[in-house]
Amino acid sequence: MSTVAENPARLEPKPLPVEPAAGTRKLNTAKAIQEAIGAEMEQDDSVFVMGEDVGAYGGIFSSTTGLLEKFGPQRVVDTPISETAFIGLGIGAAVEGMRPVVELMFVDFFGVCMDQIYNHMAKIHYESGGNVRVPMVLMTATGGGYSDGAQHSQSLWGTFAHLPGMKVVVPSNPYDAKGLMAAAIRSDDPVVFMFHKGIMGLPWMVKNQRSIGAVPEERYEVPIGKAKIVREGTDVTIVTLSLSVHHSLDVAEKLADEGISVEVLDLRSLVPLDREAIVAAVSRTGRVIVVDEDYQSFGLSGEIAATLAECDPGLLRSYSRVCVPDVPIPYARELEYAVLPTPARIEAAVRAAVGS
Amino acid sequence: MTVEQTAPPAQLSRDDRRAMLRTMILIRTYEQAILREYHADKSPGFDIGAGLIPGEMHLSAGQEPVAAGVCAHLTADDALTATHRPHHLAIAHGMELRPMTAEIFGRETGLGKGRGGHMHLFDPATHFSCSGIIAEGLPAALGQAFAFRHAGSDRIAVAVAGEGAANQGAFHESLNLAALWKLPVVFVIEDNDWGISVARSASTSIPSNAARAAGYGMPGIRVEGNDVEAVHAAAGEAVARARSGGGPSLIEVHTLRLWGHFEGDAQGYRPDLEGVPGFDPIPGYEQKLIDAGVVTGADLDVMRGWASEQVEDAINYAKNSPRPNPDEALNYVFVEGPQS
Ligand SMILES: Cc1ncc(C[n+]2csc(CCOP(=O)(O)OP(=O)(O)O)c2C)c(N)n1
Repeated sequence: MSTVAENPARLEPKPLPVEPAAGTRKLNTAKAIQEAIGAEMEQDDSVFVMGEDVGAYGGIFSSTTGLLEKFGPQRVVDTPISETAFIGLGIGAAVEGMRPVVELMFVDFFGVCMDQIYNHMAKIHYESGGNVRVPMVLMTATGGGYSDGAQHSQSLWGTFAHLPGMKVVVPSNPYDAKGLMAAAIRSDDPVVFMFHKGIMGLPWMVKNQRSIGAVPEERYEVPIGKAKIVREGTDVTIVTLSLSVHHSLDVAEKLADEGISVEVLDLRSLVPLDREAIVAAVSRTGRVIVVDEDYQSFGLSGEIAATLAECDPGLLRSYSRVCVPDVPIPYARELEYAVLPTPARIEAAVRAAVGS
Repeated sequence: MTVEQTAPPAQLSRDDRRAMLRTMILIRTYEQAILREYHADKSPGFDIGAGLIPGEMHLSAGQEPVAAGVCAHLTADDALTATHRPHHLAIAHGMELRPMTAEIFGRETGLGKGRGGHMHLFDPATHFSCSGIIAEGLPAALGQAFAFRHAGSDRIAVAVAGEGAANQGAFHESLNLAALWKLPVVFVIEDNDWGISVARSASTSIPSNAARAAGYGMPGIRVEGNDVEAVHAAAGEAVARARSGGGPSLIEVHTLRLWGHFEGDAQGYRPDLEGVPGFDPIPGYEQKLIDAGVVTGADLDVMRGWASEQVEDAINYAKNSPRPNPDEALNYVFVEGPQS
């Protein structure tokens, strides 16, 4: 096993630039992720990619396109449909010092393999008293909006974040996705990297312009655990993540014409949660709306309310949330869009908040 | 206990053969119509979430012999659990086309009132269900079989899954439990050579899942040739064994995925792509029955016409059905009204 002492190279990896200027080259999020993984594979022979249809297919959501051609089938490995076995294999390889990037095709499939994830991947470091590290990335697709039904449309990041021992990153755009993936692969902790299908910029799905953006060619990191104010505002703060960042920004732009000033905070990571940034943002506006595509109860939106209440119950002039109301994601479009955090629901929440 | 496919197919009556061909034609007609409707309004380009039928679409063309051959031995009282690719099995098991199609179109008149979709067809009338999670239909079939036996009936449950599913834990756990408790179950593995882009040879350690059945102490058979009559023969034995208290069996059928994994799949990974249409099982069976004097060309026209009428009726029904009311999106999470 790779104890800290046996793996000295990993203790001082050369630091990468942190959040450099974006430049002008534009990529979609899928390409940004491919590029991040490829760059780390070039640098570090112990990095490999494994999962269903990650090879010739390039990942169902194009997270690994081109990697097989570049690195060959020893390092970009298609697996049988045996998630418990191959995620567990990733853990074992990580324990021996490799840096697997393992794809779980849809997060919804965690049900068949969760034991490996939360009882093993997430706990080994603790149970070993810090002696055994699990430097693994579990990459997975989330989210709905295209009628894929109740077993292929969930977000579920709150479930992973609830269970101790794994970092959880949830990028909203190409720049952050590349930097967060680099940070995830280089992290000595297990990281669950959750990309919403709607942010990937896939040609076969509706997309927001924000799924394509400027990305530096060089390697860089976006630190795990740092939220970012993606739009400043003074009337109300939307705390959000992933595809909901796109919708929140659209709503903020629209309402600016009416003189409503909306701040948008992109959390980027759930674990660690940037509680300081949340408190700081809300301190400025006093009004918070959490927009979260995950189920409403027992999750992120409640955690943010608790964070603010614990910090200073007097901070809040208003609190509301726009989430999926504790119902399986329906198939029919009109039902699905009734439960997703759509721009219309976000806009209504902003109007209610500023009216309050 | 691996059973080789030895005995010549049991004597099939003229009516049996015609019925199986009719079922296969109905399935193919249905899948072609869904294909047409699915793609009708996804352009320009291809937007998976657009159109009258949105979302993923896994069609079963090429796998008709499995459905027709197995379901010929079942009644609507027998249970069947299927997968993300369920249409052929639903149709062969006697699901009404109207509510099935309305579900695929996401309408209030659908089997699941638009809540489920094409991977989630639940039909109490035919004890049919399916799941989008690979191999997860198998355990449920065990439970249905358990309930049937508990009730003292000779009803059975059939669990169908792809060859990719046979590498999941749920498959292995289910085989063991079914054999241990001698449950009236038939496992049917549809080996269409591919699990999305991964070839069987790259996913499965042995050439035949019949050997795995043997490992769990139940008879297993692999049927080559995508031949509905061979499937019928194998299923006949397995179903009879289950009904008479002889416990579970496994049948693996080497079948064919005629189209992509799902619609929109360009299948660039598939080296055999050009030859695939040549393996279509339906023209061959039609010719076989013509040669045997079981059907005439005119009979085939009648069957196709009948199938087309059934299918277009269901599609029109679906299209003219009301859409679900968004205000009712939260209904049905829990039982409302009196408990049963
Ligand atoms: C647990 C789980 N893992 C992965 C998937 C994604 N997936 C859907 S279909 C499929 C391939 C299934 O292959 P097979 O069982 O052979 O059935 P086929 O599609 O060939 O009918 C995969 C990997 C899933 N739905 N569930």
